[in-house]
Amino acid sequence: MRYWCRIAPLLLLLFSVSPFAQTDAPELPDTASTDLAPPAPVSMLRAHDTDDDHGHSITLEWELSPDDGAGQNSVVTYEVFRWVPSVMDILDTLRSRLSIVNSEIREADGVTSEMKERRVSLQTRLKELLGQLPEIHEQYPNDGEWHQVGNVGSRNTRYVNSGSKDTESSGFIPDFTGFYYRVDAVTVDSSIRAVSKIVGPVQSYGQWFNTGRYPVLFAVLIFGFLTLGFVIKAKKGAKLYVRPLTGIEEVNDAIGRATEMGKPILYVLGLGTADMIATIASFTILGRVAKRVAEHRTRLIVPTYDPIVMSVAQEVVKSSYLDAGQADAYDDDIVFFVTQAQFAYVAAVNGIMLRELPATNVYMGKFYAESLILAETGALAGSIQIAGTDEIAQIPFFIVACDYTLIGEELYAASAYLGREPILLGSLKAQDYAKAAVITLALAGLVAANFGWTTFTDLFIVAN
Amino acid sequence: MKFQIPRLLVLIFGLFMIFQYFVPHESSEWIYEFLLDWIYIIGIFALALGIWSLYRVSVDKIRTRKPNWPYAYVTLLGLFTMILFGFTSRSGDSWGWYFVFVITVMLTMGMIIQTMITKGSAGLYAGLAGLFFVSSILIGIFDDAWAFHFMTAEGLQNSLFRAFFDYILIPILSTMFSLLAFFIASAAYRAFRARNVLASLLLIAALIVMLRFNPYVSYICGDFMARTSSWLMNVPNLAAQRAIVIGIGLGIVATALKVILGIERGYMGRG
Repeated sequence: MRYWCRIAPLLLLLFSVSPFAQTDAPELPDTASTDLAPPAPVSMLRAHDTDDDHGHSITLEWELSPDDGAGQNSVVTYEVFRWVPSVMDILDTLRSRLSIVNSEIREADGVTSEMKERRVSLQTRLKELLGQLPEIHEQYPNDGEWHQVGNVGSRNTRYVNSGSKDTESSGFIPDFTGFYYRVDAVTVDSSIRAVSKIVGPVQSYGQWFNTGRYPVLFAVLIFGFLTLGFVIKAKKGAKLYVRPLTGIEEVNDAIGRATEMGKPILYVLGLGTADMIATIASFTILGRVAKRVAEHRTRLIVPTYDPIVMSVAQEVVKSSYLDAGQADAYDDDIVFFVTQAQFAYVAAVNGIMLRELPATNVYMGKFYAESLILAETGALAGSIQIAGTDEIAQIPFFIVACDYTLIGEELYAASAYLGREPILLGSLKAQDYAKAAVITLALAGLVAANFGWTTFTDLFIVAN
Repeated sequence: MKFQIPRLLVLIFGLFMIFQYFVPHESSEWIYEFLLDWIYIIGIFALALGIWSLYRVSVDKIRTRKPNWPYAYVTLLGLFTMILFGFTSRSGDSWGWYFVFVITVMLTMGMIIQTMITKGSAGLYAGLAGLFFVSSILIGIFDDAWAFHFMTAEGLQNSLFRAFFDYILIPILSTMFSLLAFFIASAAYRAFRARNVLASLLLIAALIVMLRFNPYVSYICGDFMARTSSWLMNVPNLAAQRAIVIGIGLGIVATALKVILGIERGYMGRG
């Protein structure tokens, strides 16, 4: 019995893939023998320049064919065609030749004058022809043919013929050139189709303002005025209360602790580049920390990942030492470059932590997968650790492994908090008010969405 | 003046960057791309400064006999070897005098380092550096078995460069990355200790999310675990994340405005 219990599932499995288990394949409709009548064409075909873009794009819109979803229900796809003059073939040939010359130049060790001449000659010819494109398109319908530029499935009423702005690309669509389009309603048998009326000439061109981004513009303007308002208020001497940031308050204690212990302070700027706001905020904090470090004559170590960050950080630390009146204590090697390989950088910083045993590790800036490796090694080395990053995924790691963590925007507030300058504190106040406004709007949006008041929620839609 | 011109530049380019976000026109895109290209150009020059910094710090480590100073030689050897391999490649089947060339270049660099760290025999080391340098130049000129490639990426396909990269650097980097697994375990142990009510809640939530992927638990109450885990991730977790993201967004705008308007000058060394 036990034997059959074991064997039964195996047999079941075997028969499930055996010929006995196979069923006949469903019969496919014989399309060749089906007498399909041509469907009705699409109606109300319109073509216009695509809104809020850089040009080189035409949008087509139409009403569905009566045989799409109704009537014969035979339309399976819509094919979009553009009239293309025959000169486009010459352009394509020129482009492919130019592409060959460019790749030859890229792969050659030394670029010969002959190569350069060939490239210039091809580019000149291409430019000439491209300049003539608007007039050539005016010759419609002579000396050209319809090319399919794309297709959309049934029930779709819109197609965007988006081209490249690169003149050397085959997908280039010139601006200010009159194009002609048509849309075919196609059945399962692609030879049975309905051709729409032709629309054109239609030109593409770039816009000077993206109207889909009005909400962002208003938000930035309101926030900008709010910031300026509080900065002016602070300049006039108004006392502004700013919420305490424990992590930043601890920086001073940590520097004092390092001085007492005779151990250095390690400042890590993260993996961010100098154009990231988190890194810029970190520079400011570094400046404040370096000033206090110089005043206490403690040692500072700043290993960097990016050479531009290194150069900026050197200037920041140098100025801080000068401001503290300790110019002689400054050394260019306080801030040094390590490597641009993520985990090689981690290895180097971990090595410094374990060799130098810093009293305090400060991590401020952009951090990625290395955050926990750094912070755990620092914890093992027994250092007090203060971290701050705007990388959401890394914040939990820092919270677990560090003594104090600045969460998100606290990183940006830290520099103002450390400096206690009224102007900077004014901007912090503006941030708090903006957050209150966001909370209020979010609650209002919640109510509006639940009651279906789309007029309100649509105000906040932002186009890409 | 030293600070006025940079502030003016920051104001102009900062305002342009705000402006270009709202202007999709091709000319705006062209200026934007042109400015981004400058980052690459500056980055290349800054890399030279970075390499010089690494070289100087390593030499200083050797000169002052800091702890573990012999490793600084390894750093410098790795640095110069990879640069050399990255700019050269074999022309045919034979390496010719290539390895002699590599050794003479390394000896040149070694002698230059000795010149910088020695206290008495700088002249001797400088002379030897010159001798090795001339030897390497002569080999480079007369040996056709290999060639320099400064204008193309051909050197990156050099078999020696690839071997060092694929069989030394990548495994070492992977080893460093793999440490993360152990650190996550130790961090999780610390984070999930049920010291109070909130920590206990965190532990329960973490257990549900983790056990969701356990085949045995999934077999018993897979549907419940999947739905609870999805709710935890998509409702409380996402809500908290979005709150932080909104704060970060406002912080970024505020900091950017402060930098553009010259209120925040810490990055220039003036707080």
